[in-house]
Amino acid sequence: MENVSNQQIIEALQGQFGEEAIYGIAESHGILQVTTEVEHIVPMLHFLYQHPVLKFQFLTDLGGIHFPEAKGQELGVIYHLHSLENNVRLWIKIYVPIEKPEVPTVTGLFATANWMEREAFDFYGIIFEGHPNLIRILNVEDMDYHPMRKEYPLEDATRHDKIDELFGR
Amino acid sequence: MSEVALVNNPNVGLDKTPKSGPYVNELTTLNLGPTHPATHGIFQNILTMDGETIVDAEQTVGYIHRAFEKIAERRPFYQITTLTDRMNYCSAPINNMGWHMTVEKLLGIEVPKRAQYIRVIMMELARLADHIICNSILAVDTGALTGFLYVYQWREFIYEIYEELCGARLTTNMGRFGGMERDLSPVAIEKIKKLLAELPAALKEFESMVVRNRIFMDRTQNVGAISAERALNYGFTGPNLRAAGVDYDVRSLNPYSSYEDFDFEIPVGTKGDTYDRFLVREEEMWQSLRIIQQAMDNLPTGPYHADAPHYYLPPKQEVYRNMEALIYHFKIVMGEIDAPVGEVYHSVEGGNGELGFYLVSDGGRTPYRLKFRRPGYIYYQAFPEMIKGSTLSDAIVTMSSMNVIAGELDT
Repeated sequence: MENVSNQQIIEALQGQFGEEAIYGIAESHGILQVTTEVEHIVPMLHFLYQHPVLKFQFLTDLGGIHFPEAKGQELGVIYHLHSLENNVRLWIKIYVPIEKPEVPTVTGLFATANWMEREAFDFYGIIFEGHPNLIRILNVEDMDYHPMRKEYPLEDATRHDKIDELFGR
Repeated sequence: MSEVALVNNPNVGLDKTPKSGPYVNELTTLNLGPTHPATHGIFQNILTMDGETIVDAEQTVGYIHRAFEKIAERRPFYQITTLTDRMNYCSAPINNMGWHMTVEKLLGIEVPKRAQYIRVIMMELARLADHIICNSILAVDTGALTGFLYVYQWREFIYEIYEELCGARLTTNMGRFGGMERDLSPVAIEKIKKLLAELPAALKEFESMVVRNRIFMDRTQNVGAISAERALNYGFTGPNLRAAGVDYDVRSLNPYSSYEDFDFEIPVGTKGDTYDRFLVREEEMWQSLRIIQQAMDNLPTGPYHADAPHYYLPPKQEVYRNMEALIYHFKIVMGEIDAPVGEVYHSVEGGNGELGFYLVSDGGRTPYRLKFRRPGYIYYQAFPEMIKGSTLSDAIVTMSSMNVIAGELDT
């Protein structure tokens, strides 16, 4: 098992895609995270998959996220990659505007992305272009909204016993 | 020439090429599920069949979707533990501990060694219960009911041990942030010792009945096979991936909760078929027993929970007598304590594979976003590929051996 440092991953990505392509570099409990542009995501995943040393060949998870305050990049997709050979994890994040939430699919590279992308579409309305079967997966088909978006409150608005003010929040 | 000879002659007889009219070759659509007794859970598969061969399968999931990820965004951290119970309900303690460890990572709580060992014991008991369910029911699905009865009472016994520790059986809500809610009681220790002493005999009996059984082998070998390459591409983890020959186990690759202290082996298969999945789970049960034995032998003394007053409920006697304890009790129960800002991913080896928790905290009292990486959801999508070309009865056995749990899949 070779030791791959997070710095090596950053250098490899910057060498391939240029300095500006990746930003928001941070580390959380040893896991490197980078943010990139939508157009880079598929080449980047292919590059990391085929890299002779890094070998990020396992897609652990893929999930959506919604930041209503971040104008122009409200919706995000987080790719959790894992290089099983080096035991290194990596998060790649991309953000898209909510009016045009279009992200290219990665089902061509990872078969497992199929349902993960369907789930992100179901809950956040992120449209994965080129996905073979982009339909709802966990919610009912005739639902006309994407429930994990932050504008849909969980609690019943008519309830009066759970008002935050009463609890000093 | 007699009539019999005419029928047996291969050159004389019915023309097998499809004809038009009533004899045209037609595909059948068969609706398997959503509530079919053989699928052990609510799954729908619309199978396209050519005679008895499956040509294609279309899956529908989500029948028991309960919006856990959305609910979690409104709940204080400790209330989310009860949601994790209801994911893979066959091994609820693993889910609980995984969630506790995720939050402890975010909060930076150091868990004492004794609590870590008790966690390991409970997680391995849960793995035993999970594998007992999967393997014995796989045997039932192939027609061997007796073995199931031998080992299933031990699952019941494991639930009794859970009861000793947390009071619940199925949806355990076991442990707290920072450790366990109570120490191993003398009864619990006695019961664990009894399990370690007597389960091997039952397991051996079960194995001698099933493992080299001709019928069982014929029903499971080369059924529902998947190659290591495809399994990795489909995001398989856990026993299903190991059956295909990849030795990825979170417990050894990224040890948590002191798993590095224990000596255990990771069984791997070669073909990734139903028989291999069965054998891998069987061997994992023996390894679990080994781990529990080691943990019981080397159980450290000391506190069973961390000193984390902001997150760990004070003892009830203290709450009535001590003002600080009362304040903390109230604040914890009402979920008034803010968590630090951060982003955490933690994964544990669940009964079915890598169970991950991706937690984004914005510094509030609830998670900003919580994503569960449910192994069952991820590998179940390979099911159509695994059953293509096999018969309906093989599909049932394949599904059973994959151990797909509806609660985990649908969150």
